[in-house]
Amino acid sequence: MATEAKVDPMHQFTIEPLFGTDHWALGGFNIAFTNSALWMLISAVVLYAFMLGGMKRELVPGRWQMMVETMTGFIENMLSANVGKEGRKYLPYVFSLFMFILFANLLGLLPLGLVGVHPFTFTSHFTATGVLAIMSFAIVLVVGFWKHGFHFFSLFVPHGTPLPMIPLIFVIELVSFLVRPFSLGLRLFVAMMAGHVLLEVLSSFVIGGANAGAFFMGLVSIPSFILMVAICALEILVAGIQAYVFALLTSLYINDAEHLH
Amino acid sequence: MPQISQLAATYSSQIFWMLVIFGAVFFLVGRGMAPKVLETMEGRDQKIASDLAAAEAARREAEAQDDAWKAAAAKQRGEAQALIAAAKADAAKAAEARLAVAGADAEAKIAEAEGRIAAARAGALAEIETVAAEAAADIAARVAGLTVAADAARAAVKDVLHG
Repeated sequence: MATEAKVDPMHQFTIEPLFGTDHWALGGFNIAFTNSALWMLISAVVLYAFMLGGMKRELVPGRWQMMVETMTGFIENMLSANVGKEGRKYLPYVFSLFMFILFANLLGLLPLGLVGVHPFTFTSHFTATGVLAIMSFAIVLVVGFWKHGFHFFSLFVPHGTPLPMIPLIFVIELVSFLVRPFSLGLRLFVAMMAGHVLLEVLSSFVIGGANAGAFFMGLVSIPSFILMVAICALEILVAGIQAYVFALLTSLYINDAEHLH
Repeated sequence: MPQISQLAATYSSQIFWMLVIFGAVFFLVGRGMAPKVLETMEGRDQKIASDLAAAEAARREAEAQDDAWKAAAAKQRGEAQALIAAAKADAAKAAEARLAVAGADAEAKIAEAEGRIAAARAGALAEIETVAAEAAADIAARVAGLTVAADAARAAVKDVLHG
């Protein structure tokens, strides 16, 4: 029974200050270097190392350079398909966003528990995803008002709206526009958290069933374990899809700001 | 749910480190490396495109030269054939001329020979007339005892022969 009490599927999301940085503060705000920050740093470093392999700039690319170029070309294609030729100047941002989220998601799935260290998926925290979402939203606002001024508000009145409907449509469109940063940040956070909780719950089934004897092990642990393997594969897929969705929606929103429908 | 229960204690650290680290990623990776990767890709695409264009141009050049060579060959063949035809015509003309000369020669010889034959025949005929007249005069003298003048006998024979 003791083991059952130990498995807390939410424990994995606990943020802990590391290296005694508990009391670091900036302007009265706590900025402790936490496990979350550590994994942000690890993601950034791994991403940098990955990109370094693409910096050989050979005419005939090797495998690594090919991978880097595939990713860059993928984002470039997405931007040119969704935003057009103006999409080019957003490539640094959208590419960083996509790769950073992708690496965070994938690194958070690494089975490092086997060697005693615990990966932390900072994209399962809305404080982290929210920052990215608000950044994307802020870019949309800045670009939109910079390029179109108050004409940007015409985004909220689709072409061909009958005159009496305009106030109502305007409010609806405004609300749906303002919800964007929340949906953007929450989608990633919820998807990552749900996957990790599911894996943790299933693993608690595996351990609990095994502890409860051979019968429960056959009935609960083994099916749960098979399901876990499948869900691990699914989670890898989700890690990619969520990063893609985040980047795709960001580029769609940027398209709104650039072209107003 | 630590995301909510720890919110008050950790939000500032989360936001701070996110901004710092994502900012570093943006400037190092996004602005530093990604454009260079794209540049490499574009350079490669351009190189491939220009190489293809050069290959295409070379192919066209080769085709043009081939066409020119074919045209030159056709022209030379035509000239050679014209020369052959002219030579054939010349040869035919020369042969014809020689044949004509030889034919005329032969014809002259034939005519001469025919003349000779005709003369010989006339000579022979005259001789036969003479012999026949003499024989007739002889026969007349022996059988009838008539003396026929040579001229009269000749005239009589001539009448019979040419009768």
